Amino acid sequence: MQKTIKYVVYDIIRNRFVMGYTLLLLLLSVSFFWFEADPNKGLLSLLNIILMVIPLVSVIFSTIHFYNSYEFIELLSAQPMSRRTIYFSQFLGLCFSLGMAFLIGVGLPTLIFDGSMRGLTLVSGGLLITLTFVAIAFLASVITKDKAKAIGVALAVWFYLCILYDGMVLMVLVNMADYPMEKASLVFSALNPMDLARILVLMQLDVSALMGITGAVFQNFFSSTWGVFISFVLLLLWVITPVFFGYRIFSKKDL
Amino acid sequence: MKTLFTFCLFILSFEAFSYNWPVKTVQELQKALFESKTNDTILVAKGNYKVLNLEITKPLVIIGQNQPVLDAQFKGEIFIVKSNDVSISGFKFLNVGETSMIDWAGVKILESENVKVFKNEFINCYFGVYLSASNKCLIENNRIIGTPKEEQTTGNGIHAWKCDSINIFNNYIEGHRDGIYFEFVTNSLIKNNLSTKNIRYGLHFMFSHYDTYTHNIFKKNGAGVAVMYTKHVTMKDNFFDSNWGGSAYGILLKDISDSDIEHNLFNSNTVGVYMEGCSRLKMQENVFRKNGVGLRIQANCDENNIHHNNFMANTFDIATNGSVTFNYLNDNYWDKYEGYDLNHDGKGDILYRPVSLFSTLIERMPQAMILLRSFTATLLDKIEKIIPSLTPENLKDDSPSMKPNAIKAFNFKV
Repeated sequence: MQKTIKYVVYDIIRNRFVMGYTLLLLLLSVSFFWFEADPNKGLLSLLNIILMVIPLVSVIFSTIHFYNSYEFIELLSAQPMSRRTIYFSQFLGLCFSLGMAFLIGVGLPTLIFDGSMRGLTLVSGGLLITLTFVAIAFLASVITKDKAKAIGVALAVWFYLCILYDGMVLMVLVNMADYPMEKASLVFSALNPMDLARILVLMQLDVSALMGITGAVFQNFFSSTWGVFISFVLLLLWVITPVFFGYRIFSKKDL
Repeated sequence: MKTLFTFCLFILSFEAFSYNWPVKTVQELQKALFESKTNDTILVAKGNYKVLNLEITKPLVIIGQNQPVLDAQFKGEIFIVKSNDVSISGFKFLNVGETSMIDWAGVKILESENVKVFKNEFINCYFGVYLSASNKCLIENNRIIGTPKEEQTTGNGIHAWKCDSINIFNNYIEGHRDGIYFEFVTNSLIKNNLSTKNIRYGLHFMFSHYDTYTHNIFKKNGAGVAVMYTKHVTMKDNFFDSNWGGSAYGILLKDISDSDIEHNLFNSNTVGVYMEGCSRLKMQENVFRKNGVGLRIQANCDENNIHHNNFMANTFDIATNGSVTFNYLNDNYWDKYEGYDLNHDGKGDILYRPVSLFSTLIERMPQAMILLRSFTATLLDKIEKIIPSLTPENLKDDSPSMKPNAIKAFNFKV
């Protein structure tokens, strides 16, 4: 399995896209921290990147990569190797390359310019978001037969989680404004990895504004060690669940 | 000649000659207080004195040498001043008890003038210095440190009721209910004090007209600073820092009118300034930095003039609860402003509406806070900027500054 992961990583590095992506992230993060006098604002700008760009790149690159190495997967399937090894080496290889790209591009400058708890939360949240969207891309790739459809599905999921979901939450809140929605909104945020990561970071940054009536519920939950632990477990579940279902399908799939 | 000399001696012995009373024990102190004449000096030597309810009924100078300790053992209060021209300095007041009937204090000043309390320390006192119906008093260089319990069972650091022309300088107040409390106090000056970690307000005043507050620091108080029902107040060069919590405000202004709030720094407060029922205030050259909400103007405020302030790194610059307001915003710097300046006069060419749609939304549905800084919230704000429909139409800055306004550096000394 290690050997296959190595080949997958080599393959990804050779096509230079990940290199460019790393450099772009590095450039963006460094410039955010340099141009904003206040590291707080740098972190907030980075948060926007993490919430929009990184999921998009992760999900599209992973889908394309999966289909580009389709022949390689077919070749591997002809070898005495289990489907599990093939699937997970592909997945882990991608996770490793995109994760490293994120850690070098965003993690390194963040920890240099603001190595506090909030910087750490931002980086770990962003890393889990990257992995989540790689996982979603894999699921999208195995449930479809052709590349265009897979990209379509992946993009739809991205669109849903990044834009539609919040709009729907807002709609629910507007319509249910007469009811106590504090606990419900806590649940809403847990059902979307992006919201979860965003609120985790915000709790480190914008605490003051969030400390209103609803804020108190959130503050209690997300600022306690228990709450942070649960949020990270939920984020991890967002990685594990799609990968697992993807594997279930892939192991029975007629390649 | 001889007659004149005798006359002078007579005058001296009668009027100007004051006697020194050195005191080493509690009995001596009580005796000195009882037997001394007007304008005598009582010198209290270093030591530990267990005292209770000492009344001062004539003008005296009472000096603690090397900080003697006056301990009330939680049974009552220490000095009760009922005379003009008393001066108390150099003591350490300890353990003033707490009651719900009487406000026991380290030094209580009742209906007196020209009383000076300076260079003392108050530890574990229910009330530190308590002034009632007294004028022209000076409270200076004291350290007042309490052990806070609950709001009902904790007194104020410096408490003044119905006073005029008092000066409060260079005090350090910690761990009381309100650091400095004023009610019906007029023409007074509060300067260079540091009020911190009080369980309610760092400074609290009501019906206290024509007072001036400068160069004070109010830091990490339970609910910040609250000032109410007052006109003609001047607040300058103060620092409101880290007043954090569900109902904490840098400064809460309720029914304040005709006042100046100038060159203050509001840093990391839940709400920098909260204005309710305020009229004709002038707010200028203040810096709002890293607050949850920089300035909250409720809809019942009018004719307030807010100009040349800098709003930087606040989550929300301005919040309000109504749709129509009659306040004037001019020449402020907003770090969220995205306009341009074609003629290079330093003022943005398009007006700036500091109330975002998202903050209006939160006003109606606090739960929507979970969408803070999400793409959806940003999108809504952008749409609202182009076609304003929900945000208050006339709460706007017509000439926002392109660069932070030049505000002279803050220099806090305590």
